[in-house]
Amino acid sequence: MTETIPISAVFILGAFFLPLLKGKARVTWLLILPCLALANLSLAPDGISWQVPFLGQKLLLNRIDPLSRIFGYVFILITFIGTIFALHIKENTQHMAAFIYAGAALGVTFSGDLFTLYIFWELMAIASCMLILARKTTEARKAAFRYFIWHFFGGACLLAGIVRYVSFTGSPAFSFIGLGDPGTYLIFTGFCLNAAIFPFHAWVPDAYPRATVTGAVFMSALTTKSAVYILARTFPGTEVLMWAGAFMTCFPIFYAVLANDMRRVLSYSLVNQVGFMVCGIGIGSHLAINGVVAHAFCHIIYKALLFMSMGAVLHMTGRVRATDLGGLYKSMPLTAVFCMIGAASISAFPLFSGFVSKSLTMTAVAEAHQTFIWLALLFASAGVFHHAGIKVPYYVFFGHDVGITTREPPMNMRIAMGLAAFICIFLGIYPAPLYALLPFPVNYQPYTFFHVIGMLELLLFGALAFTVLTLSGFYPPELRAVNLDTDWFFRLPGRAFVEFCHKPLKGFAGFVEDKVDKLIYVAVSLPQQSLGIEAWLDKIVHHRLTASPFNALKHLIPLKTESRSLSWNMLYILVPFAGILFFILIYGAGR
Amino acid sequence: MEEHGKISAFASRFCTGFYICLVLLLAVDLVSWFMAERKVHFPWEGAPFFYAAYGYVACVALIFIAKGLRRLVQRKEEYYD
Repeated sequence: MTETIPISAVFILGAFFLPLLKGKARVTWLLILPCLALANLSLAPDGISWQVPFLGQKLLLNRIDPLSRIFGYVFILITFIGTIFALHIKENTQHMAAFIYAGAALGVTFSGDLFTLYIFWELMAIASCMLILARKTTEARKAAFRYFIWHFFGGACLLAGIVRYVSFTGSPAFSFIGLGDPGTYLIFTGFCLNAAIFPFHAWVPDAYPRATVTGAVFMSALTTKSAVYILARTFPGTEVLMWAGAFMTCFPIFYAVLANDMRRVLSYSLVNQVGFMVCGIGIGSHLAINGVVAHAFCHIIYKALLFMSMGAVLHMTGRVRATDLGGLYKSMPLTAVFCMIGAASISAFPLFSGFVSKSLTMTAVAEAHQTFIWLALLFASAGVFHHAGIKVPYYVFFGHDVGITTREPPMNMRIAMGLAAFICIFLGIYPAPLYALLPFPVNYQPYTFFHVIGMLELLLFGALAFTVLTLSGFYPPELRAVNLDTDWFFRLPGRAFVEFCHKPLKGFAGFVEDKVDKLIYVAVSLPQQSLGIEAWLDKIVHHRLTASPFNALKHLIPLKTESRSLSWNMLYILVPFAGILFFILIYGAGR
Repeated sequence: MEEHGKISAFASRFCTGFYICLVLLLAVDLVSWFMAERKVHFPWEGAPFFYAAYGYVACVALIFIAKGLRRLVQRKEEYYD
């Protein structure tokens, strides 16, 4: 099918025209590009097209079926909304990074084989990293570095897994994989990292609150949800995912209650929401997969809406911590309303989008007779309302008035939020268009009398608990602090490793150098006839060998992690990465 | 609802309205329980007030556990610097 170009190419190629354009033409191009991508996807028929030969493999760039199509639509939709939200930004870097990021996410979604998947997977990690770096603070740079480490670790696992899997099965097809061979476990680990499954979730609350105001909107939508799509395709019905998902829905809500940075609260609730999807993938029935896809669709919109509203607050006031905010409803009423629409949607209030999608997953769990999982998800549903539904709007727009005077955010931000809010309500009231796009036929009615009453009771009595505990002064106060998470395990030992290189390893190098010196001294003191040998030894040992640790050290010393320029930090990552790649290739060739 | 015991007139009225809503919701739940058969997946799911009790207990438990967790994981803001 050559009438349409690969879905991912529109954004990735389109991004490179941006620096050539100025003023109105540039704004038009920013707005037209998502529309072009949407038109391209709507016109493209189901099936595989665009097979590109590459190193003896065939890269399948465009594999379209109902499952990838709906993810493609929502990724394009959120790129459109996110671009409107970011329209006031003059820097081209951010827009380009966002478009390439979206293009890579689409590339992952529409890839037909594992190698294409891997290429876009890494491109996605790099482009999204730029959205953190663009914040241009020291904090953001450090967070971007850690984000890189996480994702390159995941990427290395994925590549190693793919090589093993392909050499084992002989087919790089991107379809059902399932756990079995060690290679599949490696692939699984790589996917789990991007899906923020415990213990690989810590990069989400670490990196997202430090991204740019507009970058966080794209990041909240693309990385984790493309991983959800991939898991839904490759590992449906894997029981461990059901348990991992249920755990994922529960534990972040405790962290979200404690977190002070509002975008960190939202990041933890993102992990919680992805938990519902991962759990649904673990169930794996048609109803469950429908629930996963519907929930991913709605989640992308309302989570982006929440990130946009907090981003608008950050953009206008420069603050985003609960301890610094309060009473903003007077100066930003419209943003407050949009935030509450997002909050109602994520809490699955009847008439909002979360309600029509979360119910599908819940019903699928109940129909699989997983009582414990069902109760855990119900607990998480009450918990998500507690932190994302009440805490976020309450501490920012109501609560203790800190006396900030500000204005509503720029018009483009309001339009973007309004658009997302409209979709949240529209799908909540009229879910039929969403249900029609799902990969399997839907025979489900979310609005039954008992379901509405039950959900309202669950949420409102959760709110009662908040009211009672706040009024009695028992609710934990917001504090300026960090809460340790699983990233502790690599942040502190990682630092210890660098210390080790600096002190004991350097000491050892000095020791060896000293011994070699002595050896040469002995050689020198031998009779004259050894002079020739000595000169030869001296040339090899002293000038070549012993100088090499020094030469290496000369480069290593300025490399103090996270303190030098990015190029050095990149080198740090790329060298082990190349090492791993090398071993993989040897291993792959040996089979 | 700013501090313990001190709440504005608006917040007070809001809370009263909220409590009335809760009572009405429970009443509707109870009445509908008598009126119609419920289509449920687990037998106890259909019991009147199940969701209300679960929501309340879940959120109180959430806060208690979070308070305990804070002791375990909370560090100064400069911890990683």
